[in-house]
Amino acid sequence: MSDVENTVKEILEAHGRLPVSALTLKSDDDLYQKGLTSHASVNVMLALEDSFDVVFPDALLRRGTFQSVSAICEALTTLGVGVDPV
Amino acid sequence: MNTEEFRQSLLDAGLLVDGGVDGLYLRSFRFESIVRGLEAYISSAWFDPRQTQLFLPPIMPLSTLVTAGYATSFPNLIGTISSFMGSERELVTLLEALSTGEDWSAHLTQVEVALCSASCHPIYPLLRSLPVPDEGLLYEVQCPCFRHEPSHDPARMQSFRQHEYIYVGPEEGARTRRELWIAGARELLEDLGLDIDVVEANDPFFGRAGQLLAAGQREKVLKYELMTRISSDSPGAVCSGNYHEDHFGKDFGLSLSDGSIAHSACFGFGLDRITLSLLFTHGLDVDAWPSATRQRLFATTVSPGTS
Repeated sequence: MSDVENTVKEILEAHGRLPVSALTLKSDDDLYQKGLTSHASVNVMLALEDSFDVVFPDALLRRGTFQSVSAICEALTTLGVGVDPV
Repeated sequence: MNTEEFRQSLLDAGLLVDGGVDGLYLRSFRFESIVRGLEAYISSAWFDPRQTQLFLPPIMPLSTLVTAGYATSFPNLIGTISSFMGSERELVTLLEALSTGEDWSAHLTQVEVALCSASCHPIYPLLRSLPVPDEGLLYEVQCPCFRHEPSHDPARMQSFRQHEYIYVGPEEGARTRRELWIAGARELLEDLGLDIDVVEANDPFFGRAGQLLAAGQREKVLKYELMTRISSDSPGAVCSGNYHEDHFGKDFGLSLSDGSIAHSACFGFGLDRITLSLLFTHGLDVDAWPSATRQRLFATTVSPGTS
């Protein structure tokens, strides 16, 4: 598991208000099915922005962005997180 | 006719009186007669003996504003109330601030009631103590609501009436009921001569985080609006049909007999907006409106024995 994925799970644990421990989630588990609400996804989004020092653009402010741990990581990659500088 | 021209025509005709602040209007009895006609028309068409009918005051518990999530999602729209709760000594500083034109709000304390944010919000806390029956609960309510949206557009009044239908019960019931309401309301309003479009919509959640909430709401089609011309040729929403999933069920602890969380849905008619829409569409001379419209709105309010 990458550092980014680790951090994402820790943020979900702290802010996702999931009935299960986020640390036990698989990368492709549907977070909404696991209990992530719209309001909690907002808290997760803000914590991710803070932690990774990024800003989610309008195009990424969709439910799909927070559908799973891997979806979140993919979105963060497009924002340059975890990508080695050239 | 544009919005400003329409607004001025309403004021010139004495239908509305400018209240001195954007979005604040005093209504003439003539304007109110249309609102009351609408209320009677809708209420009689949608009468159901299973519905509990309530007129709500313009205020509700402050705690409801918080529990319903309205203060979190729309902090820019809420109206809380403050009053002086200090001592004689503290009164002196309040009076000083008032006389010198300083900010005197700092000397007031938030009270236990707030202006009503939406007609369905005051109903949910009432249902806490009992399990919701499997056939669901139905309410018909009318409430003067407040949204802090000062605007020159008369379609955006700070204080406005919602005539609302509410369902609390199993998920399937909530979804089905909302579909019925949307179809029924479209027909009711088209029968008054209004052109109605039903569109998927979202609430105006505040800020960037609000964009995520709005996107989620649209993707799950939780909100429909009935659109028509209100104060200009650009359509606006006169009704909204909302499916809340288990949002209010969770927040207010509403459960079914099997212990699962109740779902809810609501459908609101914006009485002031529909009235404006009728005036915009049919003209300011109500006596010259199409006879079918007048018959539907005013026949039910005529007392027996009068012409």
